[in-house]
Amino acid sequence: MRFTLNGAPVEIAAPPMARLLDVLREECGLTGTKEGCGEGECGACTVLLDGEPVCACLVPVAQVIDCEVLTIEGLGGDHAMQQAFVAEGAAQCGICTPGMVLTALTIPPGSSIEEVRATLAGNLCRCTGYEAIYRAAMRVVTPALQPTGKFKAFGRE
Amino acid sequence: MAYVGQNVQRKDSQAKVTGAAIYADDLTFPGMLYGRTIRSEIPAGRITGISHDLERDGYTVVTAADIPGRNTIELIEYDQPCLATDRVSHVAEPLLLIAHPDKSALWKAHVEISYEREEPLYDPQLSDRVFKHVRIEKGDLNAGFAAADVVVEGEYRTGHQEQLYIETNGVIAVPENGGITVYGSMQCPFYVHKALQCLLDWPDQRVRVVQTETGGGFGGKEEYPSMIAAHAALLALKSQRPVKLIYDRVEDMLATTKRHPSIIRHRTGVTRDGRITAMDIDILMDGGAYVTLSPVVLSRGAIHATGPYRCDNVRISGRTVFTNTPPNGAFRGFGAPQTQFAAEVHIERIAETLRMSSVDLRRRNALRPGDTTATGQLLKDDCSALEVLERALARSDYEAKRAAYRGTGRGVGLALFFHGAGFTGGGEARLASRAAVELTRTGARVLVGSTEIGQGTRTMHAQIVADALGLPFDAIDVSPADTAAVPDSGPTVASRTCMVVGRILQRCADEIRGRLGDLTPAQYMDAHGPLVVVKEYEGPSGIVWNDDTYRGDAYAAYAWACDVAEVEIDPDTFAVRPLRITAVQDIGKAIHPILVAGQIEGGTAQGVGYALIEHVVMRDGAMANATLTNYTIPTTLDTPVIDVEIVERPCDYGPFGAKGVGELPIDGPAPAIVNAIRHAGYDVRDIPVLPEHVETLECASR
Amino acid sequence: MELLQPRTVDEALLLLRENPGATPVAGGTDLYVALNLGTLQGTRFLDLWGLDELRQIREADGVLSVGALASYSEIIRSRAVRARLPMLASAAREIGGVQIQNRGTLGGNIANGSPAGDSLPVLLAADATVVLRSAAGERRIQLVDFYVGYRQSVIRPDEIIVAVEVPRTDGRQWFRKVGTRAAQAISKVVMAGVRGERVRLAIGSMAAVPLRLRRTEEALTSGAGIEHARAELEAEISPIDDLRSTERYRRRVAGNLLERFWRETAGE
Repeated sequence: MRFTLNGAPVEIAAPPMARLLDVLREECGLTGTKEGCGEGECGACTVLLDGEPVCACLVPVAQVIDCEVLTIEGLGGDHAMQQAFVAEGAAQCGICTPGMVLTALTIPPGSSIEEVRATLAGNLCRCTGYEAIYRAAMRVVTPALQPTGKFKAFGRE
Repeated sequence: MAYVGQNVQRKDSQAKVTGAAIYADDLTFPGMLYGRTIRSEIPAGRITGISHDLERDGYTVVTAADIPGRNTIELIEYDQPCLATDRVSHVAEPLLLIAHPDKSALWKAHVEISYEREEPLYDPQLSDRVFKHVRIEKGDLNAGFAAADVVVEGEYRTGHQEQLYIETNGVIAVPENGGITVYGSMQCPFYVHKALQCLLDWPDQRVRVVQTETGGGFGGKEEYPSMIAAHAALLALKSQRPVKLIYDRVEDMLATTKRHPSIIRHRTGVTRDGRITAMDIDILMDGGAYVTLSPVVLSRGAIHATGPYRCDNVRISGRTVFTNTPPNGAFRGFGAPQTQFAAEVHIERIAETLRMSSVDLRRRNALRPGDTTATGQLLKDDCSALEVLERALARSDYEAKRAAYRGTGRGVGLALFFHGAGFTGGGEARLASRAAVELTRTGARVLVGSTEIGQGTRTMHAQIVADALGLPFDAIDVSPADTAAVPDSGPTVASRTCMVVGRILQRCADEIRGRLGDLTPAQYMDAHGPLVVVKEYEGPSGIVWNDDTYRGDAYAAYAWACDVAEVEIDPDTFAVRPLRITAVQDIGKAIHPILVAGQIEGGTAQGVGYALIEHVVMRDGAMANATLTNYTIPTTLDTPVIDVEIVERPCDYGPFGAKGVGELPIDGPAPAIVNAIRHAGYDVRDIPVLPEHVETLECASR
Repeated sequence: MELLQPRTVDEALLLLRENPGATPVAGGTDLYVALNLGTLQGTRFLDLWGLDELRQIREADGVLSVGALASYSEIIRSRAVRARLPMLASAAREIGGVQIQNRGTLGGNIANGSPAGDSLPVLLAADATVVLRSAAGERRIQLVDFYVGYRQSVIRPDEIIVAVEVPRTDGRQWFRKVGTRAAQAISKVVMAGVRGERVRLAIGSMAAVPLRLRRTEEALTSGAGIEHARAELEAEISPIDDLRSTERYRRRVAGNLLERFWRETAGE
């Protein structure tokens, strides 16, 4: 089975029903995509499949043939979203971070804070209370709305 | 100070945002086997038979008979077996261990277990097996009640809460160097080390424990990893192969520790003008089937049970008891979220009874510098209860909202709370934690047993050492938490990692700086050779605590906070939607403001979950909703705006005046939210506040 | 586990006829949860994901046809759905988070047959027809006749769902989901309604199957008044206590949602 992984073609020997998550972590040796629940509830296993976030724990590898898969490793290290997470301290324990960063890449530019919340609703974080993640995402997506002052939270209502 | 007080880049940010950080399940070893724990299906009874053919089918099998030392997980007591032998005390109790090179074979393994069931005990109120009693007495309770004009009583209940670290428990045990090394997700490598020594009856040097990058702990990886490490180690020793034992989410929720449920009764005497004259508090905590850390959870809960208020006549009685449920254990806050929930809702009810503003009631009775606590501890100038209260009221526009929200389906409520940093009383002295700083050619290395679990330990310790040494932050390395390489700095719990361990590191670095003089580290090493300075905890002088009477200075310092919560109650669904939490929190000194805000924002979100949507459904002694689908933690759409203000009233003992911050934030949101719900018209006294409960209250009020 | 991978719908149907026990898999958002939990025993699967002809959303002769493989994200973005059946887009937005929306399909929601399925009350209230196809041909079943018991439908082992057809919907559409939390939640109560000359109403999580509320509709359409309609609603539903909620709560909230529907769809 062949697909494009982080911009390069790969050929996979795993059986067709193998979870994409396991193929990435085991056969491809890319452990950046994490398993948090195996139920598609936590989003820690999020990868971008043809640019759209999906839970890799729910995708049979056979369904990504000829598709483009982007994992956290595919961003390099200097991507603006990654650096925004660094600057805002949006990664605490880091286990949700790969999935969170990838989903955040799909937030449309110019989004409001409510739209940011909605896009990230499928990515659970237990450490941050999400506020630093919003600050990081908004830096990239809608810098004009960045709150001023220390730890100002984004308004809702 | 170049670094302390600044938002330096975390030591681990880059690794985490690139997916390069290595967690337990990311590691593999040649020849590795996968392990699985076979667990009891009944809550109480005897095992009458176990049969299987697994060894014939290529599985490694371990039973209690394979344990060379003591069949126990050493903690406070030795009551919890590593593997049950003939008695079973809770569903999911470990019975046997198996391992196989093929992970999928684990779930095909068939083991026949026969049981003789006994009547299980689930209701802590009916349990007469008490793990620990605590009693705190001050003044003359009868005289206090005699002086009261009004007595207000109340009963408050809190449920289990699951820590729900996004990375489940997992370890890999590797037989090597004539001993065993366990790598894994954990908060306390030295706890694991000690437990393995006891289990295996091996000396220190044969056991090595190395923490891997840990995806959240919150207390759930304080003591539990000793159990899973013991299991992996036994399988590794039997098979002489590395064994990876990683729980899936269901097993983690079913089998590992949770926050202790509690029933707390208050009886309070108060004068008509709002002075509290007597507090009589009774605490019952459900410990589950084994002691684990219940005595200390009860202890901390009891010490915080009055809330941040002064009263001359106090009696606090607490007990933690046995039930046939999986043992409960450490979870951020450690007894204080339960007791302060009760205290803060009760204060609100006292105000309602007196027809007095609960803000004024709090102002009258809040602890001030020079007051004594329930244990008789004299508070110093860093007692900022009134300051955080006033700031929170102003920042949240509380009074105006209190008036404006009436009758609108919205409510605003507050909670005033505090949290002692470090181990209780003589605990820090008993721990005798050590920390070290070692010179390197380019700078220095921090050597501590404290762990990074997301809160920023590595970064914060490096900032303190960098400033103490006068060296660049980037020149300070932090050693991995490897028991072979670092001293035992005590567990990474109890809000002590900055105040206690950070202070020891500061003293190490101060000494090194003295010795360096004008030399660079490289020059010093060329002239004098290597330099490592190890220091041990030195208690602040004048701290006096009596473990028998529970009187004295319970903690070296307290952090103080006030949360204001705004909620909206849906008129159709009775769901409580949290809109905003304003959190004003005094933590002494913010070594790294973003890390501090991160603790406050994260702890607040966990408190929101505790208050509203995290519900452990127990059926027949087991968690019936043990999936992430059915145990719901807050998503981005469930968390309110969290607005943080950091206050700094330094204490004498922590580095740069820092107190603790890890746990304080989770003590406030639940009572603040419940008080907001009360403002909206519902007499809630239990958490989680499910819409189903609000509906019954609403119906009753019509 | 074996995965059969047809390239066309016809090929899929032939494979299904030859392999009657094969479990169709679309986006995997229900199936893989069961596989991961160990509750699904099947060993042979039929991959539908590549069958693009089943993704089409189109309008023809007044009928809105949504392909079985249309994902919730595609439904949310579809101009045709937003114009003709906006309550379906509303429901899709509340199913899981974006990851689930990108992979979950309408056909999957129907085939899974959970009484809490969020799209099902919408489709019931819209008088949807399920289009089934086998190697022997096509048949159409009204969704209201599709379920015969808890997670049991009339679908035959050699059939797959290919599309859902919805006739012109006159009237104001309304949808509300009450979950266990604000996002990524299983429904405790889920209701959809259309208020035109006739009223059409359907509800989930109230019985073994999603329900069309005929008596309640009749009460509203005939002008008997909201209180009478509420009483009819209480008589038509049979909610239970379960892990997520209680019978009493579901009953009360269903009635409240009915009143909310009536208020919000009144007037201009």
